[in-house]
Amino acid sequence: MYKSLADAIRDAEASGRTLSATALALESKDQGRTVEDIRSALRRALEVMRGAVERGLEGDLRSASGLVGGDALLVAKSSAGPMSNTLFSDVLARALAVQEVNAAMGVIVAAPTAGGAGVLPAVLTGLARNRGIGDEAVIDALATAGLIGAVVAERASLSGAEGGCQAETGAAAGMAAGAATEMLGGTPTQVGHAVSLTMQGTLGLVCDPLGGLVELPCVFRNATGSALALAGIEMALAGITFAIPVDEVIDVMGEIGRNMDVRYRET
Amino acid sequence: MVSLLDIIGPVMVGPSSSHTAGACRIGLLVRGLVGGTPEKARIELHGSFARTGEGHGTDKALAGGLLGFRPDDERLRDALDIMEREGLDYQFEKTTISDDAHPNTCRLTVERAGQIATVIGSSLGAGRIRLSEIDGYPVELTGTLPTIVLVAADQKGSVARIAGILAEQSVNLATMRLSRIERGGDAFMTIECDEPPGDSARAAIERLDWVKWVRTLDKVGG
Repeated sequence: MYKSLADAIRDAEASGRTLSATALALESKDQGRTVEDIRSALRRALEVMRGAVERGLEGDLRSASGLVGGDALLVAKSSAGPMSNTLFSDVLARALAVQEVNAAMGVIVAAPTAGGAGVLPAVLTGLARNRGIGDEAVIDALATAGLIGAVVAERASLSGAEGGCQAETGAAAGMAAGAATEMLGGTPTQVGHAVSLTMQGTLGLVCDPLGGLVELPCVFRNATGSALALAGIEMALAGITFAIPVDEVIDVMGEIGRNMDVRYRET
Repeated sequence: MVSLLDIIGPVMVGPSSSHTAGACRIGLLVRGLVGGTPEKARIELHGSFARTGEGHGTDKALAGGLLGFRPDDERLRDALDIMEREGLDYQFEKTTISDDAHPNTCRLTVERAGQIATVIGSSLGAGRIRLSEIDGYPVELTGTLPTIVLVAADQKGSVARIAGILAEQSVNLATMRLSRIERGGDAFMTIECDEPPGDSARAAIERLDWVKWVRTLDKVGG
């Protein structure tokens, strides 16, 4: 896979293709699998993501510690907030739902990790429902998310123990923002800006789980991470360009992670 | 090389790719070493596995792996109850394996049909695992490919002979490692294959009189 998002964006723009088509073509070559085979694995991932959202929204799950569960349903049912019954609150509820399933040992897709697994399904399935976007476009968006995650894994890290929460929910938010920007018709260049505009807001975020468990604050970090992704998408599609190249934003995240005191990197 | 599907995946039971999915894969590989569900197991947890394992379901995931459940199997959540219902004797304890062991490490001593195996395994993050020791032999087993493991008397030409058998059976070798505790002692061989080696390849290796013990392990991830 690409090691530079700038390279991927340049190739996509030069060939007039989307980033997802560019990433799927390279993945097919790298792994010796057909594009349809890769897309069917992503289709299965999407089904599991939707299943986790639905399961979590039933509201009856509790985690091992008992500290987590039931909050997704609270947000979904609320009409008390300024954003109640909007896309925004729906995305928050979906992110909480997936993480509540994760904390209760339910089935999720680790994308990029189990601890950050709520962001991508929340943003993509929430937007797809809101905009009436079909599954094939969501599956393409998952490929774009995979490309962004692969570049982050290569240049920085996707592990809370190595890079803090900025490497888990921060990377997840960047992946979701970029993927959704393409899904909503943004250009490959705009996808890059969406990643930068989102990840700049997560730099320095520490991994500080209570008792070392993927519960508190992880569940809520997935909701706030999704909110940042929505902000990044909004700004990128409005035409904002982030002056610092996206690969450098990712590099800085890696550098901050390496220099983060070990106390702030899990357990 | 990072794959898209490494990033969008795996599909797994939560909450932690290292403490749950990785632990399950260690259990699955160890199960393969004794050819099925062990009747008895002593499971020693080290480092972070000992400190936060219970809250992450590491105990359930290890037991579930020994029972043959894969990382995306929802029965993992109930693995300890299932273990008791089936009358299996699995004991968990906390320990320090060594100061330089990976934080997510465990030692499993399992018994099935009179056969005993003692294994040290670590979960490296994102569901990746490594078994580093089997019955005292240093090994490096990741479970990302179908694998043949065997113990043989240390003798000249053994590697070539086994490679020849696999070639005859059209099994392509990915890696082959040999380790032994002392010169002239038994050797432990780990052979990762591109495709499942099949029963006939295993039977052909088993027929060699200097091979004491052979198992084929399914891939458990990656």
